[in-house]
Amino acid sequence: MDWLGPAEREALTLSLRVAFWATLLSLPPAMLCAHALARWRFPGRQMLNGLVHLPLILPPVVTGYLLLLAFGPNGPVGALLESAGIAIAFRWTGAVLAAAVMAFPLMVRAIRLSVEAVDPGIEEAAATLGAARARVFLTITLPLTLPGILTGAILTFAKAMGEFGATITFVANIPGETRTLPSAVHAFLQVPGGEDAAARLVVISVAVSLGAVLVSEFLAARVARRVGRS
Amino acid sequence: MSLSVRLKHDFGGFALDARFEAPPGLTVLFGRSGSGKTSIVNAVAGILKPREGRVVLGGRVLFDSAGGVDVPVPRRRMGYVFQDGRLFPHMSVRSNLLYGRPRNAMVPFGRMVDLLGIGSILDRRPGGLSGGEKARVAIGRALLREPELVLADEPLAALDTARKEEILPYFERLRDEVSVPILYVTHSASEVARLATWVVALEEGRVAREGEAREVLSDPEVSPAGAREAGAVLEARVRKHHDDGLTELDAGGVPLFLPRVARPLGASLRVRVAASEVILSKDVPVGLSALNVLPGRVETVRTGAGPGAMVALETPAGRILARVTARSVAALGLRQGLKCHALVKALAVAPGDVGS
Repeated sequence: MDWLGPAEREALTLSLRVAFWATLLSLPPAMLCAHALARWRFPGRQMLNGLVHLPLILPPVVTGYLLLLAFGPNGPVGALLESAGIAIAFRWTGAVLAAAVMAFPLMVRAIRLSVEAVDPGIEEAAATLGAARARVFLTITLPLTLPGILTGAILTFAKAMGEFGATITFVANIPGETRTLPSAVHAFLQVPGGEDAAARLVVISVAVSLGAVLVSEFLAARVARRVGRS
Repeated sequence: MSLSVRLKHDFGGFALDARFEAPPGLTVLFGRSGSGKTSIVNAVAGILKPREGRVVLGGRVLFDSAGGVDVPVPRRRMGYVFQDGRLFPHMSVRSNLLYGRPRNAMVPFGRMVDLLGIGSILDRRPGGLSGGEKARVAIGRALLREPELVLADEPLAALDTARKEEILPYFERLRDEVSVPILYVTHSASEVARLATWVVALEEGRVAREGEAREVLSDPEVSPAGAREAGAVLEARVRKHHDDGLTELDAGGVPLFLPRVARPLGASLRVRVAASEVILSKDVPVGLSALNVLPGRVETVRTGAGPGAMVALETPAGRILARVTARSVAALGLRQGLKCHALVKALAVAPGDVGS
């Protein structure tokens, strides 16, 4: 990666780190939401569905601003975290949160589709064979929804790599801390002579996004074969 | 081990209110679709929670709405063979079979695999199996769980006639060789005739009649699967295999000729004679191609709103049901006590109607 300057390399590694954590941390709540929306009937289900999809529909700058209001140093959650010694605003951890929130609808949708495709009768059959809930989940539900989980994770990773609007609003554009790949592109384009650096990052950006989609399709097809769907 | 069931449940527009006691052996829940058979089995398995009732298996209370008992599904120790198989698509046949196997298993895995003839497909996935293979794996999986009760919900419904013939003997062997009680759901009278030790006939969520297969199927008042499916069951013994491909049976002293039955001489059989395949004649028939002529006496004549009538005939072989037209009843003057002959074509008895 010698063709990258130090600032560009910094932005790339930061983006990879942010995307990695955003993906990992959103998996458990996304799986829970997907199961709740696909299987459970409870009051407020449509409300939850709406909330989950909100980041997809709202202008990213609005999402970023709402995050700032809630998680900023003066926000209710932010103050609480601050007193616990966890700072989020204007930190790379805040970029993780922004990316996770923005990608959340994609992940939930992908997992939800795969949960809906699992025949509850198969899980019933496992229960009649003596499997308690946890075993049914680990041995039946989880493997059968794996294609959706993988697809969701890879899409989330790609989305997190490219998240810009909410991130720059929430955690600004601090080199080495919150200057992710798209923020760096934006910054390079603001200064004269920055086009070359920006172009190199654009190439990486395109490659990562396209690669993620191709890999997710490939993995999903492979896993689908393994679980006997096709 | 016996099963005692008492259930009440409301499904919008349909009420289930059933109560029966199943003795050891194979008990068939018999009725047309929508009569509540599957709901009963699901309630026994614990998948359906009835509004009220009590389910007791061999002294173990599984469900009791009054006592607040509801044993969770995994701990009911049932071997459920589902109508649609419900094999785990992401696991090999072997993993499917081993899924419910208890830690201190008694039944040798290899013996069950041999019994069901699935040794060669253990490493395949369910997706690539034929219908008959899937059904056998589903049966094996339920049995290797070493259940206290086998629940089978129309396990043959999805199979064609040839595959049915392939699977039915396994249930006959299960009934005769394994001591596990079986609750078996079907709407097929011939499966009832072949398999049932005890029959619970259901109509619209209620038990219409229960008893031994021979009694219930030969009862002209009960035809839970419709008059077209009605037919009495005779008990017979193999007397002789003839060179022309026919097997001669002895049914209460009356010879009965059927297409070749692959059973040894002296073996006892159940033969279901479909009511719609029986012809009645007042005089001893001559110059007819029908091989089987059973002399008897009319027991009851039951006419309904339609053009058909159900005639029950007492013969030395047992009770025979004949479905004839009301016009024939009038023309022959059929009434209680009248001497009459029942004619049954040898080929009208399907192989599926003959069981051990």
